[in-house]
Amino acid sequence: MIDVFFQYDFLRYSLFTGLMIGFLAPFLGVFLVVRRLSLMADALSHITLTGIAFSMLLGRHVTFFSALNPVYMGMIFSVGGSLLIERLRFVYRFYKELAIPIILSAGIGLGVVFISLADGFNNDLFNYLFGSVVAINQTDFYVVVSLTAVVTGLIILFYKELFFLSFDEEQAVIAGIPKMPLHFLFMVMVALVIGISMQIVGILLVSALMTLPVACAMRLARGFKQLFFYAVLFGEISVVAGLVSAFHLDLAPGGTIVMANVLLLIGTIILTKKQSM
Amino acid sequence: MNTHTNTPAVEIENLSFAYRNQNVLEDISLKVPHGSFLGLVGPNGSGKSTLIKCILGLLTPDKGAVKLNGVPVKKFDKWSEIGFVSQKANSFNSGFPATVFEVVSMGLYGKVGLFRFLRKKHKEKVREAIAQVGMEDYTQANIGQLSGGQQQRVFIARALVSDPAILILDEPTVGVDAKSVSNFYTMLRELNNEKGMTLILVTHDIGAMSEYVTDVACLNKCLHFHGDKHVFEDNKEEMMTAMYGHEVNLLEHNHDHGHHHHHHDHDDAGRGQE
Repeated sequence: MIDVFFQYDFLRYSLFTGLMIGFLAPFLGVFLVVRRLSLMADALSHITLTGIAFSMLLGRHVTFFSALNPVYMGMIFSVGGSLLIERLRFVYRFYKELAIPIILSAGIGLGVVFISLADGFNNDLFNYLFGSVVAINQTDFYVVVSLTAVVTGLIILFYKELFFLSFDEEQAVIAGIPKMPLHFLFMVMVALVIGISMQIVGILLVSALMTLPVACAMRLARGFKQLFFYAVLFGEISVVAGLVSAFHLDLAPGGTIVMANVLLLIGTIILTKKQSM
Repeated sequence: MNTHTNTPAVEIENLSFAYRNQNVLEDISLKVPHGSFLGLVGPNGSGKSTLIKCILGLLTPDKGAVKLNGVPVKKFDKWSEIGFVSQKANSFNSGFPATVFEVVSMGLYGKVGLFRFLRKKHKEKVREAIAQVGMEDYTQANIGQLSGGQQQRVFIARALVSDPAILILDEPTVGVDAKSVSNFYTMLRELNNEKGMTLILVTHDIGAMSEYVTDVACLNKCLHFHGDKHVFEDNKEEMMTAMYGHEVNLLEHNHDHGHHHHHHDHDDAGRGQE
């Protein structure tokens, strides 16, 4: 079943990209979930759509943009959105979560304006919303490889600081850990990973890949390192199962990957019924 | 650090602090010499936690200054020499998946520094700190599944692992059962006696604390008393009246100070939980 993915280049790229995303998204998602920022991934994925719509709109008028993968503009918007969210969290100091719906709706609103200005888009947009198994070319593949290497390296390098900040921010600050620069770096990484992940799973479902495997892992892990292990394991299982079934059943992979994840989640909840969170 | 004994571990000079327009602390001056064990007491809302936050540099006072080892708190950078244990309930999410080992390791992160990893000797240190608080059987246990008293031991181990010269504890026994509280105070006294660690213990539970500390400071917006605990014990009633404005609490808390060698029944130790 899976061997067809090794017969064609484009499928091989999709599979390898999927495997890297199945690793990266839950890997960063662990920090998002334990810091109660799960919805941040949603807001940033919607901002990414705005960037994609903007890039496609520009592509109608400027040849440079018509050749460029709109995902890169999406990533730029996503990084910008993460910075705006941080600013807004300061404006609403006592209602920090308000920043997320504000940015999410502003992003969608602007995206819809761009889409209307361009008189709608062809079926490309469908692929960006729900993912595609054929969206990855060689260049995209190398971008994903380098991003995976950089993000993994940075997380390992700052693991102890990010862990401390997530567990107990006040104590971490007392211990002299530079909170703001690390938080900023982390949000930029999340924005970039969302940008690349959406090619496979699609905008509407990219946040699921950051949170659902972690939600499964939370039921099983005793410690923080175990949480990473389980989250990445569940992420990979659902990506492979989702991609293979998407190809054979001719479905959008975003849907199959997330459904595989939901099945795993239901399974772990039933298996660990005794404990409560 | 204990060598320059003339410099107090913590020195507070004419400190005032207000939230919005409400004065929380007024003109506080306090010296905590190295090797002392200070009990900082006062009713709820008396500004104890605010004072601690000023000492830790988390809040900047409106007036006055705080010095740690003679260094103004703004310029102080040896934070691994200061251990801090906060009110457990406020600062940690008990669903967080972390093992006791992982939690205690955090105490070394500031000392190890950016771009560096924990080495074998650090891990050894973590195991020692866990053993020091008697939690070695729970090294790989999930912190959320321990009892309140056990969790608090773990947080003490986290504060101890970097070998601090000063240990500050803000209401560490809130939510901890009475038997654990007396064991806990005994452990603090040993740290003070045997290791010469300077301790500042913030509590509103005067009864349980007073037989373990060396000095007492009574706070209720202003500093009502600061000095040797025996002086405090002898003038307790006046202190309490000055601080609380009435004498009711005294009856409940009265520990006869002629019976230090007795093992007190700390049935009131966990009372007054916030």
